[in-house]
Amino acid sequence: MTALATAGIVSLPILTIVWSLTQPAWAVWAHLWQTQLPELLLNTLGLVGGVALGVLVLGTTLAWLVVTCEFPGRRVFEWALVLPLALPAYVIGFVFLGVFEYSGPVQTALRGGLGPGARLPDLRAGWGVVLMMTLVYYPYVYTLARAALAEQAPEFLESARALGRSRTAVLFAVTLPLVRPALAAGTVLACMESLADFGTVATFSVRTLTEAIYRVWHGMFDRAAATQLASILLAVAGGLLVLERLSRGRARFTHARRLARPPVRLRLHGLRALGATLLCAGTLGLAFALPVGQLVLWAIQSAGRGGVPDEFGQALSQTLALAGTAAVVVVAVAILLAYARRLQPTRLVAAATRVAGLGYALPGAVVAVGVLLPLAWLDRALATGLELLTGVPPGLLLTGSVTGVLFAYLVRFLAVGGQSIEASLARIPRGLDEAARSLGARGGRTLRAIHLPLAHRGLLAAVMLVFVDVMKELPATLLLRPFGVETLAVLIWRRTAESLWVEAALPALALVLAGLGPVAVAMRLAGADARPLDSRPEPPT
Amino acid sequence: MPRRSWIGIARSGLALVVALMAAAVVATPPAAAELVLYSSRHYPKEPAFEAFTKKTGITLKVFHASDAELFERLKAEGDRTPADVLITVDAGNLWNAARAGYLAPVDSAELARNIPAHLRDPQGRWFALAVRARTIMYNTTRVKPEELSTYAALGDSKWKGRLCLRSSAHIYNQSLLATMIKRYGEPRTEAIVHGWVANQPIIINGDAKILEAIAAGQCDVGVTNTYYLGRALAKDPSLPVRPFWPDQAGPGVHVNVSGAGVIIHSKHRAEAVKFLEFLSTPEAQAVWAEASFEYPANPQVAPEPLLAKWGTFKMDDINVAAAGEFQAAATKLADRAGYR
Amino acid sequence: MSLLRLDGVTKRFAANSPPAVDGLSVTVAPGEVLALLGPSGCGKTTTLRLVAGFEVPDAGVIEIRRQPVAGPGLAIPPEARGVGIVFQDYALFPHLSVEANVGFGVAHLARGARARRVHEALELVGLVGLERRYPHELSGGQQQRVALARAMAPAPALILLDEPFSNLDADLRASMREEIGKILRATGTTAVFVTHDQEEAFALADRVGVLNAGRLEQVAPPYELYHRPGTRFVAEFVGAADFLRSMVIEGGIVSELGTLARPPELVPGQAVDIMIRPDDIDFIPHPEGDVVVVGRQFHGAEHLYRLRLTSGAQVHAVQPSTTLYPVGTRVRVVANLLHVVAFPLVDGG
Repeated sequence: MTALATAGIVSLPILTIVWSLTQPAWAVWAHLWQTQLPELLLNTLGLVGGVALGVLVLGTTLAWLVVTCEFPGRRVFEWALVLPLALPAYVIGFVFLGVFEYSGPVQTALRGGLGPGARLPDLRAGWGVVLMMTLVYYPYVYTLARAALAEQAPEFLESARALGRSRTAVLFAVTLPLVRPALAAGTVLACMESLADFGTVATFSVRTLTEAIYRVWHGMFDRAAATQLASILLAVAGGLLVLERLSRGRARFTHARRLARPPVRLRLHGLRALGATLLCAGTLGLAFALPVGQLVLWAIQSAGRGGVPDEFGQALSQTLALAGTAAVVVVAVAILLAYARRLQPTRLVAAATRVAGLGYALPGAVVAVGVLLPLAWLDRALATGLELLTGVPPGLLLTGSVTGVLFAYLVRFLAVGGQSIEASLARIPRGLDEAARSLGARGGRTLRAIHLPLAHRGLLAAVMLVFVDVMKELPATLLLRPFGVETLAVLIWRRTAESLWVEAALPALALVLAGLGPVAVAMRLAGADARPLDSRPEPPT
Repeated sequence: MPRRSWIGIARSGLALVVALMAAAVVATPPAAAELVLYSSRHYPKEPAFEAFTKKTGITLKVFHASDAELFERLKAEGDRTPADVLITVDAGNLWNAARAGYLAPVDSAELARNIPAHLRDPQGRWFALAVRARTIMYNTTRVKPEELSTYAALGDSKWKGRLCLRSSAHIYNQSLLATMIKRYGEPRTEAIVHGWVANQPIIINGDAKILEAIAAGQCDVGVTNTYYLGRALAKDPSLPVRPFWPDQAGPGVHVNVSGAGVIIHSKHRAEAVKFLEFLSTPEAQAVWAEASFEYPANPQVAPEPLLAKWGTFKMDDINVAAAGEFQAAATKLADRAGYR
Repeated sequence: MSLLRLDGVTKRFAANSPPAVDGLSVTVAPGEVLALLGPSGCGKTTTLRLVAGFEVPDAGVIEIRRQPVAGPGLAIPPEARGVGIVFQDYALFPHLSVEANVGFGVAHLARGARARRVHEALELVGLVGLERRYPHELSGGQQQRVALARAMAPAPALILLDEPFSNLDADLRASMREEIGKILRATGTTAVFVTHDQEEAFALADRVGVLNAGRLEQVAPPYELYHRPGTRFVAEFVGAADFLRSMVIEGGIVSELGTLARPPELVPGQAVDIMIRPDDIDFIPHPEGDVVVVGRQFHGAEHLYRLRLTSGAQVHAVQPSTTLYPVGTRVRVVANLLHVVAFPLVDGG
């Protein structure tokens, strides 16, 4: 019951959007249809498809390399490859433009060396956005694929090879199909992030649905129509989730046995080893070293010119506090919902919790409006009530406090926490629940004494991932943050909005650095948690 | 449901209420010696604000967000808003705020004296505090000023592949188009935009980036706001980019404003008006203009020396509110013309 | 007096599939050990889960100590039934020590009482000294004992064991079976356990219930079950059985193995199948014998022979492995049936 009510409340902003369709803004729809809707849809699908392909290929290849092969640098790459997750897409976007655009240092040097005709293809295009998003979102696939590959029993490979399949054939016939659910889950996360992105597509002048939502809202001041446009995003996100379900099919992928022995890695030599090292180093260089290096240079430049702004330290501590609180709240709710699904796997509960997770595909601004409307109503009712009671006009309890923005984070990032928690809960055999109940433990005690301790790594990983996502979040923070709260993301935005790129480097760098720790911890935990839990004895030998 | 969980829920509910009460203390409108500004101007430093605090002892708290979001917030907060003053960077936004009823009419002789009529709302709901021209910028090594004439002439085929524009989604361009619609009507404006689009402009989001692109030779001409060039030249005086003042024989250069208004539900209206009045004084205007490379709204104050070197020009004196009136039309027109 | 009573219990998992448990009625007396025996999918584990409270019956009543725990509009949750369970895979909590695992069900007791109870339980299963170990540090047999100790620590009215020995090696299985039997009887614990292994059921249970397709075919002590199976299914499932088509006449039952005594309930003129166990048949080689050895399997202490009778019907027979008759040997057969078990032919059978 509690779970259903919670799922309902979290779904409220999403339902608000669906409800908005009941009063369609025909004029805006007609205008969009005649001018750009087909292009927007095509661009959006192209973007999502491109990112899906990009993260799938890159993330899977890298994960496969570090799990099954041995080559120089592998041990470092294994954890370092996840670091780009700490970079907001809008930051990597403006750094890449700064470095690679026509007036940037690379092309300027190129023209200096090769003459004025020399130029690189313009990044400000669909492929540029796909590249940026692939670089920052491939870690979703990488992390999940790596964990899934690591827990795959070598027996599968060996039996397939004993049946006469080559190593490559085995990869496509056995290994990858077995980790399909992990690949699908990671890809869906990346696609949802790309759907919701506004900062990067705006910087790169690529028109997508999300960009159109902003255009309608900020350009025509028609928030109602913008909200309706967001329903298309919901439909695309729903489609993605259905695809993910379908990709799992009816097959079962869990393998409830303890690893008998550690996997044997194939040692690469010569050119192949070099190739593997270069691929990992190249990915890390583009997705992490280059942007962070450029940020460091800019940060030094701006600090040298204007010093470190006073608001900077406060923004850092506020960002950490806000992200920390949000992470705990989001994960707590995610546990509640995942747990409800485990205890009462009814269709209603399943559907309600799925809808609650859709917020991840919505632009933060749309979520924020969906949060603001019901909250503001409640707020005024509350304030009026309190004034009647006490005679003193109170401030705005919900929209004026962190409640609003925390709620928005909850709606937006529930799916991130949920994914990780559901995965780690799924590894706990149901027999343990029954054992606990048969020993007199109710739901609460079973959760505290059995599930939380056993899933704590997954929970901590979820906390870390949500923490990083909240730190990077901008639009909902912008609209709903309480008075006096400025996060690093807001500081970055205030500078980039005025084209002060160099000045934005310092907060951006701080944001990235603050995210590195949690990302690395989440990675370690996710890896360690990859082994299935099993209380069964070793098989007789 | 077992009784224990109900107690648990009740307990956490109580905790939440207490937490909200605590938060409410923070969220309560600040005391009289403080003004709350909702601002879509995001400059790291606002020396004019600091001067105000120094002079009056009234401290300023600024809440930054973009205009659409500030409006949502004002609407949601209604009469319980903590905001006293709205500061924004585009006349269209001021017009929209006034139309939505967020701003209170202010009757101030000082403001009327300091700010020209076409730079303020006839009903006194908002006042421009600084002016920026959105004009043609050109690369001085590749373009002679004689080749340029009007905004419309950027549609001339000689600029094919040489033109940089910011996205039509940006409010600065929406306002530019909106004033054109007000003056020329939609068909003629659409024809002008078609001309630009036919030249396959390079769309670059960010005025500063456009100036960099012009300087580097990616394109030869573009349209940006003047203060970006002021800033860029202050950093690098050798930058080969200068403004051109178009339409001098016609309506003049499109100008827009930074401006402010008093929030209708402000609990500190007198202080808020005092703040606006202060910002319109020559003293504050000079500080403001120097810091931001905007043109002063108060005609008694001379522009910053760097800007002064660009010479004087004829401004389009159409009331800047037109920007708001035709903003939606401008957005749709750009969509129709294929101007991204 | 019954400790556990099931009356007409039915459980159906999907509306259009046959019930997993179909009108099952059985009672268990205090201190009794009941085995539920049957092939996989017969509903025995579902029955156990119904008693434990993990499943809710669609019809019927379950009572524990005369208190209804499940029935129309009633479903006492598992945690309130006071039933101990030993799971097939033990379901030991991997993050808790042996002590904490065993103490889990008595957490409500004061510290001293709890420690005493844990100690008693571990003493019972002979694991004193391993309190601080974790499940993965124990052998399979030790894990099983922890599981039993954990289930018994709260002193439940009833212990349920789900395929308790299926995860153990063959030799360990026999000794654990004996040990657990001893513990159950020493403590006077009432137990229901589920198995697909008749040997296990016979060794441990006072009575065995044979389940087939959700229905209880017969409940009886092991000896009776073996020698007087109530149904053809029980006859086949419990021990090896061959069936010989025979005819009931006034003076007995005429079969290929001779005329046997006629149980009074059989009417003359009726065709029946009589049940033949391999140990019911003795044979000696005889050059003129009309029965031929057609197969032989070595079973250690004995040989199992397959014999072809003149009609072509085949029966099995055991002989000590000290003698060996090659395939093709002609033999003469004697049937030594203690009781004749005959099943009337069903139509068309």
